[in-house]
This record gives sequence, C-alpha cells and structure tokens, in this order.
Amino acid sequence: MRIRCPHCGTRDNGEFSYLGDAAPARPDGMEAQPAAMHDYVYLRDNPAGPHRELWYHGAGCRSWLVVDRDTRTHEITGVSSARDVALSRRTGEVA
Amino acid sequence: MRYSLLSVMGQALRGQRDWKPQWRDATPKAEYDAVIVGGGGHGLATAYYLAKEHGITNVAVLEKSHVGSGNVGRNTTIVRSNYGLAGNIPFYERSMKLWEGLEQDINYNAMVSQRGVLNLYHSDAQRDAYARRGNAMRMAGIDAELLDREGVRGMVPFIDFDNARFPVKGGLLQRRGGTVRHDAVAWGYARAASDRGVDIVQNCAVTGIRRENGRVVGVETSRGFIRAKKVALSVAGSTSLLASMADLRLPIESHVLQAFVSEGVKPLIDTVMTFGAGHFYVSQSDKGGLVFGGDIDGYNSYAQRGNLATIEDVMEGGMALWPGLGRLRLLRHWGGIMDMSMDGSPIIDRTPIDGLYLNAGWCYGGFKATPAAGFCFAHLIARDTSHEDAAAYRLDRFATGHLIDEKGMGAQPNLH
Repeated sequence: MRIRCPHCGTRDNGEFSYLGDAAPARPDGMEAQPAAMHDYVYLRDNPAGPHRELWYHGAGCRSWLVVDRDTRTHEITGVSSARDVALSRRTGEVA
Repeated sequence: MRYSLLSVMGQALRGQRDWKPQWRDATPKAEYDAVIVGGGGHGLATAYYLAKEHGITNVAVLEKSHVGSGNVGRNTTIVRSNYGLAGNIPFYERSMKLWEGLEQDINYNAMVSQRGVLNLYHSDAQRDAYARRGNAMRMAGIDAELLDREGVRGMVPFIDFDNARFPVKGGLLQRRGGTVRHDAVAWGYARAASDRGVDIVQNCAVTGIRRENGRVVGVETSRGFIRAKKVALSVAGSTSLLASMADLRLPIESHVLQAFVSEGVKPLIDTVMTFGAGHFYVSQSDKGGLVFGGDIDGYNSYAQRGNLATIEDVMEGGMALWPGLGRLRLLRHWGGIMDMSMDGSPIIDRTPIDGLYLNAGWCYGGFKATPAAGFCFAHLIARDTSHEDAAAYRLDRFATGHLIDEKGMGAQPNLH
C-alpha cells in the first residue's frame, strides 16, 4: 500500500502512522453529556468499504492527512491535508 | 466416527477412500431455540457447551463459508493464561484448564502441547513488570516462574543474549502454556457438537437480523429466513458488520494481523518464545516450520491480507532476537481480520436488544480463549446472566469506566 502525500509524493505506508476514522468530531467538553463523549471516544462505524481516515506522515513532512481508502481492498481514492479539510469544514465548504 | 490402529491401517491399504465425514453438514431447519452466527472455534465451542452443560441442543451454527475458514484456521496456535488484571485472570485460567482436559472431553486429538510460553525481558523495569505479572498469576494459583539470564540460556541458547540495544536479562515462563493444533480444535468441537444434535450449517451467510417489538426473532440468511428465540454473534472481525444489521455501533475496529511460517527444519525450539523489546513471537510446528508473528498492520481492514511494512517490522524483531533466523526462507504468510476492542479486552455480554448476544472484541488473542469463550458464552445464552469468570467482559464497561486495559494503551485499538 502506498499513500500519495500531497507534500511528498507517493510514499510507502510504512512512513505513515494511523490514527483512525476521521468522522468522529469531539463534542464540546463543557457542554457535552457523558453519552456523547462515550460515543466519540469509543464507538466506531467500522465499515467494510469506503473509509475516511486520519494518517500522520511521521517519516516525511510530519503532516496529518485525510485519506479515503476502501477497507476491503486497501485501494486509496483520495488524499488531502487534514489542515485543509479542517479549514474547509470550519468555513462550511466540502473538502 | 471412531479411530483405531486397525482402521488407520485398513484405510492406508484402501487409499484413504472410505473415511466418513466427522459431522453432519446440516440443512437449516425453519426454527431453532438458539442460532449461533459464526462457525469458527468460538461459535462451535459455544454450541458444544450449550448442548453439554445446559442441555440445549435445538441449536444451529451458521457459517458463511466452511468450518475453520476464518481465524481459527489462521492463528499461530498459542495458548497461555499469563494475564495480570483481575478481570482477565480467572477467565484465561478457565480456558487453560479446559485446554488441559479438551482431548479427553471431546475424544479428539487436538495436539495440546504444553511446551511452555517464555516472555523475555530486556531491562530492569521490564523485569519488575514481569515479576508483578507473575506474582498476580501465582496469587491466583497459576504457574509462573521468573527466570534469570542463565535460566533462559538453558532453554533457548541460540538467541542473541548480548544484543547491544536489547540484551536478554531473563524471562517470565508459564510452563503450562504452549500450542494446540488449531484446525483440530474446530473439527473436534464441530464433531462433538454435531454428535449432541447441533446443526452445523455451512455456506450460510447471515444478511439480516429480524426484530419484532425490540426483540430478535431470527436471522435472514443466504439460505432463507431462520427463526430463532436467541441469536448469538461470534464472528470475530465481522462483528461490526453483523451488529450494524441490528443498528448497533460497537467499541470495535477491524484490523488485519499477519502470520508467517518458515520452511520446515529439524527441531530448533521446543517452547513458545516472545521478544520483549519488540513485537515478535515464535514457536515450531510439528511439521518443522517456524510459526511466528508480530503486530497488526494498524489500519482498519477487512482484506485478510496485509502490507510489506509490517512484514519487515516482524522480521526485524525476529532478527534482533535470533540472528540465525536469517538463514531460513519464508514459506508462506497470510492475514486474518481481528475485532480490536477499545481497551484490548473482549466482550461477552447481552446487547440492548432482547435475544441478541455478543461474543467479540478478542483482538489478536481469541484462539487461546476458545474453550472458555464457548463455555462462558453458552452460560450467558442459556441463563441470561454472565458466568462469573467472564463477568468483567461487559459491553457497557466503556460507558461506566470499568475498562480492562492490560497494556495501558487507552482507547486506540491499533495499539493494543
């Protein structure tokens, strides 16, 4: 499996570390009920198929990336900078 | 089917043509008292103990492929009960005791080999941690021995004791640990369950879980609807997929774990040995191949195959510990899908849906648990209360804070 880093080009997956599903959004710690925090910390969709996930290019540019990957085939269909994804999420655009 | 020296010799002369199947390849009935989804080691053991311990025999085990095609046929066959936390210790020791009596119980040669499990330590701090774990085991009546360097040298003289970065200082040994022939476990439990009236239905994939008024009434399958009073999920890496059919989200991620076998060689190592400074463990099969493995790949996967980066990592761990391994060629390797839980410990519990039971979250340690998982899951299904040895494996422990985090890694499944 190779990941096409937007900064470094196509690199072996051994250069990257995996965090997990990119979908869970942290609830406001001051406002959230314990149940919402439980869901965020512990529960996952864990789909067999397309999965949007966070990877860290530790042996390269040290950037966090959002990778679209199929968990059945390991095929990667998209990679973008997590910073760009977060910024566009804040401004309401679709990354 | 009974075996004798005479039958083996007779079959040898007749070209092995006349062996009978060991269990009935059943056609599903319209209704069962209990349906177990997943014909792996855990599901078959559950069916066996439901019949044997609780007299519930109107049971079907549904397997989407063939018996033994999943993780029970893909693991590295190690059994042990060297855990350190209160929630785990009695459960894994029950499993070890069941392993010790398994062959007599089901009259099947599962090649239970108590050759010992030796965990090496490489620093003073690691020795302290192992001493503590060994003491926790001994206080529970489980055998554990803390070996010094010379003790380890007497068992495995060929490893690199004076490695500059990771010198071997000693090890924690559980002599009752060892290996079991994994396929035979599946076959033995299948035969024993089938003999007691359980239907083992192969090539029967569950496609839906039907509910009425919040209660499970059966499963939709590739071979039609099967009505059931109780449905028990025991599907390892596919747990989240089955649970989603009942609108459940679980504290589980599916990850791929790779395992490896070398070419066959003469006897080299007569124990199970683990490297304490990396993730690498090795034993030798009766055919002579070295069986070894290490970390999971670390990303969500349902692919049953991994990538080269992890293979390199496992080999580097092996070479650091045992440089002589470099002379061997790798014969084959494969992957299996692990149900990695959020605290590294399993779940044997009821679900919020009446009649739906869950046995999951085994991470990459499900094989050694097979007998006790079946035993305790059967108890739960039959009596609707947890067995005392599995009482800590609750589904709601993530909400209540009663986590069982043996490695202390937190809610990060790929680190357990």
